Amino acid sequence: MQEKTLYTITIFSENTVGVLNQIATIFTRRQLNIETLSVSPSAIKGIHKFTITTFAETEEVMKKLVNQIDKRVDILKAYYNTNDDLVHQEIALYKIETEKLLATSQVEDLVRKHNALILDVNEHSTVIQKTGHYEDTQALFDELAQRIGVLQFVRSGRIAITKSRVERLSDMLEKLKEKEEKIKRKNS
Amino acid sequence: MEEKPTIPIITGSEALIRSLINEGVDTIFGYPGGAAIPIFDALYDHKNEINHILVRHEQGAVHAAEGYARVSKKVGVVLVTSGPGATNTITGITDAMMDSIPLVVITGQVASSLLGTDAFQEADVIGITQPITKWAYQIRRAEDIAWAVSRAFYIAASGRPGPVVLDIAKDAQNNKTPYMYQKTTFIRSYQPTPDIDEESIKKAAELINQAKKPFALVGHGVILGNAENELKEFLEKADIPFASTVLGLSAMPSSHPLNCGMLGMHGNIGPNMKTNECDVLIAIGMRFDDRVTGNPNTYAKQAKIIHFDIDPAEIDKNIKVDVKVIGDVKETLPQVTRLLKENSHKDWLAEFKPHEEREYEKVIKDELYPTSGEIKMGEVINKVSEATGNDAICVTDVGQNQMMGARYFKFSQSRSLVTSGGLGTMGFGLPAAIGAKYGAPDRTVCVFVGDGGFQMTIQELGTIMEYGVDVKIILLNNNYLGMVRQWQELFYDERYSETHMKNPDFVKIAEAYGIKGRKVTQREELDDAISEMLNHKGPYLLEVKVETKGMVYPMIPAGGNITNILLGEKNGKGN
Repeated sequence: MQEKTLYTITIFSENTVGVLNQIATIFTRRQLNIETLSVSPSAIKGIHKFTITTFAETEEVMKKLVNQIDKRVDILKAYYNTNDDLVHQEIALYKIETEKLLATSQVEDLVRKHNALILDVNEHSTVIQKTGHYEDTQALFDELAQRIGVLQFVRSGRIAITKSRVERLSDMLEKLKEKEEKIKRKNS
Repeated sequence: MEEKPTIPIITGSEALIRSLINEGVDTIFGYPGGAAIPIFDALYDHKNEINHILVRHEQGAVHAAEGYARVSKKVGVVLVTSGPGATNTITGITDAMMDSIPLVVITGQVASSLLGTDAFQEADVIGITQPITKWAYQIRRAEDIAWAVSRAFYIAASGRPGPVVLDIAKDAQNNKTPYMYQKTTFIRSYQPTPDIDEESIKKAAELINQAKKPFALVGHGVILGNAENELKEFLEKADIPFASTVLGLSAMPSSHPLNCGMLGMHGNIGPNMKTNECDVLIAIGMRFDDRVTGNPNTYAKQAKIIHFDIDPAEIDKNIKVDVKVIGDVKETLPQVTRLLKENSHKDWLAEFKPHEEREYEKVIKDELYPTSGEIKMGEVINKVSEATGNDAICVTDVGQNQMMGARYFKFSQSRSLVTSGGLGTMGFGLPAAIGAKYGAPDRTVCVFVGDGGFQMTIQELGTIMEYGVDVKIILLNNNYLGMVRQWQELFYDERYSETHMKNPDFVKIAEAYGIKGRKVTQREELDDAISEMLNHKGPYLLEVKVETKGMVYPMIPAGGNITNILLGEKNGKGN
């Protein structure tokens, strides 16, 4: 089998009901598994941003996928990148027993070593936070699990920002605005 | 003081009907039910403006709307109730999506307070239809109806057309709303006609000007884009031989000197052969469907390929191309034509001739002009086509009847073939013919169906009866699911699994519906029966008992290429 590359797909959509469903079916139809997913309002009001990661064998697959997503009426723009084009980040939370935190200094060592934070401590449990790439959050998990034991673990989907200078969406919106005004002038 | 125009306060249902009228709708195909009663009630007051055709099953409504849209250039409109009414439209909507047919399908929905409660006749229509529509939207407030209808029509008809679903909750139908209608002309997230890249126009023209053996493939996009004249000028100026996909048929007259026939699995030998011999292949408004390309790895490898299409997602989807010309063909074709030099490719065009002659000798002669044996499917289609002066609308069902119709019906004007191309929906023919007649009331509508597909939507004979829809139904009865039988004969060791059918007396069924019917079993009766059918005022069923083992040739087996072509010669299988 060919080695697969991890791609990050960024999608800007109108904030309407059911967009995620539309996007998800496009993945499903092509047997592409969504590895991570993160959705949030973008910097521009009324526009939502999706960041999705998926493995694919060829770039061709990504091109076709993005074309199909872009084609949907509610989608403003969809594009894909590889890790080289991006600054990306994930966040993970780890819950451990407070008793074990107090018993040894191992936790302090790990928090320092992994550049993690302690978010909350109560008599039962302590929550540690770590941001980083998948490998980084996983590395802390592995060590915590091995040495202390992890009660709960959660990792967010990837968020990413392109390294290129221009914010592509704002440019696009400006052009669209001009287009709309042109059409309105023509019709009036 | 200036008097402000008063904004009427009306029910959501009334707003829906007025919105439809504002969009120029005068014909709707539908079927009422609980969650759509308020809409049908509003319709009652607008009988003079909107003609509602009551079908016998919701699938029929969608196919009828497809037939209507295809021949009339208008958006087809369907109105059904929630739950089963809506789910019965799924096949038709998928069919319209595959073939880019502009439809607005309005489904009733349970009241918004009941949504998600598994209420009586509730179905997740938006969830179900999102993957098979261009746009699907649920309306929960009466105030949103005019806005949503306006968007729906804009989306359905613009760019690459397609079906749109509007799912209207019952309270939105009943509640009152101020009504003002504004046509949609722009949606920020939807650019139906991409900007044309001048560079691509130049590149395309250059390639075509240099070509010694250019060959054009004409697809449905030409008809959808109303670009028949632009195509004609383009082809004639550079003297480019062309062939059509099934859905591209009738964009150019069958008799045009550059017309080399049909592409694909059951297409003509010449076009399929020359696809792999031309130096520049020009695909116009077509999408390289697998039934056209066969094995994509051996498809037109020698040629530079130019692809004209309005949908950027079609570029490089199935076949990698050298030059993409994205845009509306009505605009891109003339821009390229302007840069073309007048040319002549007489010798190249002549190269198609021997293939044509070979196909005539090996296949066509026996199919169209047999002198003995059982009646042939092609023979019937050819006779009907000729009897209508090759000027009728040909509607087909799916299977052998469809391929025979596409091969042997002749066309003199555009929008004359109505067939289910992408989805291959059996049962499409009869209701689509009803819609076609409403879309083009002045034209003769002939529908060819097999005994299998006919029985999938046979209840629409009721619609034909009720409205006296003047369609000529030609039933090619071989007592088999013929196309599957053909594959079983060729590729499954003649193991005819579940393809034989015991059939009812179709003429009696027609008569029960008050439709004149006649059954023909002998070749000698055929001409007389066809002329009786065409001269009869009103609907007519002509059942022809055709050859049981009829085969559609040529055939390039699925996934194969021109070297695998089957002609049904005696030493091979079949015939």
